[in-house]
Amino acid sequence: MFDLQGYGWMLWDGLQMTLLVGLCSLVLAILMGLIGAWGKLSENRVARAAAATYTTVIRGIPELLLLLIIFYGTPTLIQGIAEDLGYDIIVDFNPFIAGVLTIGFIYGAFATEVFRGAFIAVPPGQMEAARAIGMSSVLAFRRVMLPQIWRFALPGLGNIWMVLIKATALISVIQLEELMRKSFIAMGATKLPFTFFFTAALMYLAITVISMLGQQRIERWANRGIRRA
Amino acid sequence: MGAETVALEVRDLHKSFGSMEVLKGVSLTAREGDVISMLGSSGSGKSTFLRCINLLEIPNAGEVRVGGELIRMRPKNGRQEPADRRQVDRIRASLGMVFQQFNLWSHMTVLGNVMEAPVHVLKHPRAEAEARAREILEKVGLGDRMDYYPSHLSGGQQQRAAIARALAMEPKVMLFDEPTSALDPELVGEVLRVIRELADEGRTMIVVTHEVGFAREVSSNVIFLHEGMIEEEGPPAEVFTRQKSERFRQFLASNL
Ligand SMILES: Nc1ncnc2c1ncn2[C@@H]1O[C@H](COP(=O)(O)OP(=O)(O)OP(=O)(O)O)[C@@H](O)[C@H]1O
Ligand SMILES: [Mg+2]
Repeated sequence: MFDLQGYGWMLWDGLQMTLLVGLCSLVLAILMGLIGAWGKLSENRVARAAAATYTTVIRGIPELLLLLIIFYGTPTLIQGIAEDLGYDIIVDFNPFIAGVLTIGFIYGAFATEVFRGAFIAVPPGQMEAARAIGMSSVLAFRRVMLPQIWRFALPGLGNIWMVLIKATALISVIQLEELMRKSFIAMGATKLPFTFFFTAALMYLAITVISMLGQQRIERWANRGIRRA
Repeated sequence: MGAETVALEVRDLHKSFGSMEVLKGVSLTAREGDVISMLGSSGSGKSTFLRCINLLEIPNAGEVRVGGELIRMRPKNGRQEPADRRQVDRIRASLGMVFQQFNLWSHMTVLGNVMEAPVHVLKHPRAEAEARAREILEKVGLGDRMDYYPSHLSGGQQQRAAIARALAMEPKVMLFDEPTSALDPELVGEVLRVIRELADEGRTMIVVTHEVGFAREVSSNVIFLHEGMIEEEGPPAEVFTRQKSERFRQFLASNL
């Protein structure tokens, strides 16, 4: 149907980069989400305030702007600090890292809400039994809380993943050679926008469809031992 | 049995939630092998008392000694808090608590539930912990349910599994908080039978219960709690035949 004029492999490379940057961002988002949820539910007032600031700030700034601030702003900031300390260095920020940081931080804010709900959804008796039998809070969290939150968090995380993977297209503006950027390059060389953008669209769609199937399997695993209503 | 060895001693325990004082100086001594039943109407503070013993609630004042060891507290903002978290964890590991709602870990099989703390808290070798867990599960009559998840068991089976989980820690004292109150009537017997067996083996236990008949047959001592204070106390032969307290008499009349 399509003649990709030898640019097919280029899109394939782009797809791989998109998946890589997406997965790395997801891992960061999950970590940020766990920390954020812990903060929101903490008895410590400072931790609560920090978590609230994090989610508010992230939600209040456009994603693209945040990406540009991190990509262009961070090196300037580091160089500025280095200069003050008497060093003269050039920091060149890697677009991959900038992209993962941006997307990870943004979706970490959404994951914070997902995990907060999941922590609350685990019946309190579960942690109580763990503490009563002599587990430290860390051990109880690791052995009893952490394995059980997925059951409640997975639907939300699945949604986050599907929005997140599309958001990685933004990173093309800082020249990361992911799927969006590659299709742009191919389009520029061949002057066939429909062919390449449509192919890229199908590829994004494929990721989503496969992800949905995968999510069902993971949810089945996470619900092991839970009687279906 | 070293009948004179004190397994658990609670002295003058006070606990308030906000401005409401729920425990107003409760003391109790359990020698090894004692089975102390705690009766009392709803809201009298029975659960709170048990939860203060293993510090699921922090008492405002009072002392708890397990096997002679005092749980050390230190003042903090006009209240008190445990001085040593590790000591608390260690003491909790030696107090087997059984909850009204079982609270089995729902992501683990029955066997997994029973092995969990011996392996991860007491650091026993896996194989050893598993063998011991299987033994205990056989004993409570769950030999054929070890690989089931809790949600696939009846309430009575879940509670027996929860008792097995507590037993696997070889606790010095077992604390039961209304172990049969969440069960359908026809399942109460199988759980009481297990608890009775433990009593016969000479285990030290504090049992909060509404089963007056059970308390009469099994306990070495009965405590009747009313509004956070001990209203009546003594061996079952005494307290069930003649009550000093009018309230306890009324309680018995409405619970028989
Ligand atoms: N965490 C808490 N915060 C505030 N009040 C509490 C808390 N836990 C218990 N209470 C109150 O303390 C009182 C005693 O509660 P407790 O659960 O100890 O009673 P109980 O004797 O176990 O009653 P039941 O037979 O219903 O289980 C009740 O009035 C209860 O509402
Ligand atoms: Mg109670």
